[in-house]
Amino acid sequence: MTILLYLVPAALGLGLMALVAFMWSLKSGQYDDLDGAAYRILNDDDVKDS
Amino acid sequence: MSTTADYSAFLRQSNKGRPTLDLAIEGIVSADAIATIEHSLRLTPGLVSARLNFTTRRLSTEWTAPDCDPTPAIETLERLGYRVAPFTSDRSESDEDRRTKWLLRCLAVSGFAAINVMLLSISVWAGNVTDITPETRDLFHWLSALIALPAAGFSGQPFFYSAANALRERRMNMDVPISIGISLALGMSVYETAHHAEHAYFDSALMLIFFLLSGRVLDHAMRKRTRAAAANLAALRVPIATRLNPDGTYSELPSEALTEGDLILVRPGERFAADGIIIDGSSHIDQSLVTGETARIKRVEGDRVFAGTLNGETLLQVKVSASGEATLLADIERLIDNAVLAKSRYVQFADRVAQIYAPVVHVAAALTAMVWIALGVSVHDSLIIAIAVLIITCPCALALAAPTVQVVVAGALFRRGILMKSGDVIERMAAVDTIVFDKTGTLTLPEPGLDDAGELSDEALRWAGQLAQASHHPLARAVRDYAVHRFGAIGVLTGVEEVTGEGVRIVQDGVMITLGSPAFCKLPLPLWRDQNSIIAFRNGDEAGYISIGQVLRQDAMQTVSALKRDGYRLIILSGDQKGPVQTLADELGVGEWIAAAKPHEKLAYLDGLKSQGRTVLMVGDGLNDAPSLAAASVSLSPATGAHVTQAAADAVFTGDRLAAVRDTLLLCKRGQHIMRDNFLLALVYNLIAVPLAVGGLVTPLIAAAAMSGSSILVTVNALRARTVRGI
Repeated sequence: MTILLYLVPAALGLGLMALVAFMWSLKSGQYDDLDGAAYRILNDDDVKDS
Repeated sequence: MSTTADYSAFLRQSNKGRPTLDLAIEGIVSADAIATIEHSLRLTPGLVSARLNFTTRRLSTEWTAPDCDPTPAIETLERLGYRVAPFTSDRSESDEDRRTKWLLRCLAVSGFAAINVMLLSISVWAGNVTDITPETRDLFHWLSALIALPAAGFSGQPFFYSAANALRERRMNMDVPISIGISLALGMSVYETAHHAEHAYFDSALMLIFFLLSGRVLDHAMRKRTRAAAANLAALRVPIATRLNPDGTYSELPSEALTEGDLILVRPGERFAADGIIIDGSSHIDQSLVTGETARIKRVEGDRVFAGTLNGETLLQVKVSASGEATLLADIERLIDNAVLAKSRYVQFADRVAQIYAPVVHVAAALTAMVWIALGVSVHDSLIIAIAVLIITCPCALALAAPTVQVVVAGALFRRGILMKSGDVIERMAAVDTIVFDKTGTLTLPEPGLDDAGELSDEALRWAGQLAQASHHPLARAVRDYAVHRFGAIGVLTGVEEVTGEGVRIVQDGVMITLGSPAFCKLPLPLWRDQNSIIAFRNGDEAGYISIGQVLRQDAMQTVSALKRDGYRLIILSGDQKGPVQTLADELGVGEWIAAAKPHEKLAYLDGLKSQGRTVLMVGDGLNDAPSLAAASVSLSPATGAHVTQAAADAVFTGDRLAAVRDTLLLCKRGQHIMRDNFLLALVYNLIAVPLAVGGLVTPLIAAAAMSGSSILVTVNALRARTVRGI
């Protein structure tokens, strides 16, 4: 059962990483405009005119 | 005096070091606006970035230095046809933003913890039936405790605080049993773990928190969306007005300080600081806020203007008729706020139930524990059953069933220009089976319009429009509006001569063009006489009559036939003479009509319908028809230009679309339907779950899942009320 010593911290660590990632995305305002994001993908503003 | 507003004062220093400015933008219809707006601002000097929030319809901009001038950016947007106002969020809104983020943070923590504890729990459950050693199980339980206790402590805060507040005020709310349930489940679990028991309930507590928080986040997001619309309106208010003092000097003062009768100056491109009447000057005004019409409309001396609407090209002198909280703008804001907060009968019912229900839940849980102990079951098992009862009987779904729908429907109606004035509109509208229309100003437009132009050519009508522009006669406005509507910009003529009481004329290329009375245009009086007023037009040899009268709303025909298809009984009830009413009824295909009805006869007729068991929706002009509007089961008024709150109706619609009537009916009907579904869901859930829990057949985990599942189901279900097929 020594494998638990690796697996449990690994599982918790992965979960914590996801949690930290979410907190970061929340703080950087990614949930402020839930409707607009879906349409922004259709904008070609970032494509340079050639 | 052609200064424009200085917007640089609105720049705020952000914590990133760059000044920012938030702009509330009205007039965004589709998502194209994101690209259009952001693209058009790219070359603005001093602008670092501009990002449109499509949900709240606000643009955040960032500038290089605090002394930048945002005016060019605002002018660019206004040229694109948007209405722009600097937006400084009031405290309540930024508080709400913070709360949303807090809820999301709690949700994330509880989600993280729930997943990990679940992982450990499933191992234990599997191990319990196979070969787990007691030592491993204890390890897993202690690990769960390590994760669950801090996580529940953090993410349970929204419930704990709310419960503590309620108890401090000697009230009960839903969060009291939830908090007790969570604490009991956690406490029991620690005790169990310390005694090497087979089961712990950390997972139940976390699942409960996670799902309940999901429901709260949804509910919160819904309210925020509706409130943001109201807050954007508030940004249109003008803080400072320029008053013209009797001694000829000017003074700047806060708009609230204006009183009735004050004269104010409104510069080109400025918003009106108060409601009032134009005393001097004429200008094209963007009144979309009030009328829903996006085209700029020419307003001249004597016309009414409204606070928050936008002045066009000339300096105007306006005599104030209402200011501050008395303006139409303030009225609309209040209505939206009320619509969100207003309590329908269902909401009141749910509130009362929640009040009674919370104590019942505690008593039921305590009784359950006592009965099981009396039956000889161990204290420990009895307590577990009591916890399940406590969790499962929380009346969350019941309390959410109606208010969530109300918020969604109010928002959907507002986006279509319809404002609810009382909370129970939804259920009363939904019950309607008969619609009674007033004629004037309801089926027809409130202002007279060009009804029939005979055989006059387009060329002639364009001339007529141009001539009409120079006239002050009320009938001329109808001709002008028609021409503008049909041909777009028609240009201004110089050298038009007005003969008072007769008409207007101009000599063009040696030919006299006239618009006015038939005699003035050298035409005989027309043979046909109805209620319409007649204007004549002559351009050389081409001459004809223009008939001005009440014009049907553009979509009246479609709306009436759609309503008939929906199965409503339609009746036209008018004070007008028989002839025009009959013509109109025939044209629209409405079989039942009553003409020449006096106000008291209208009342008697509506009462008659009601005594036949009909539920009547009266659609009528809110100012003249007040008694019959009040007599109907529910009422709706067009509110073009008139004070929205003066209308005695239960709901008002702005703009020229009669389709608003059908929109209201369909949305309310659907809202009502969903409300009923929600109550049913909540009821069925309780009827099934409570006996099972009391009978000891439900573990705390299942209780947590079932209880929060029902709340989320109800909330998600409410979101369906936002759209209706067919409108």
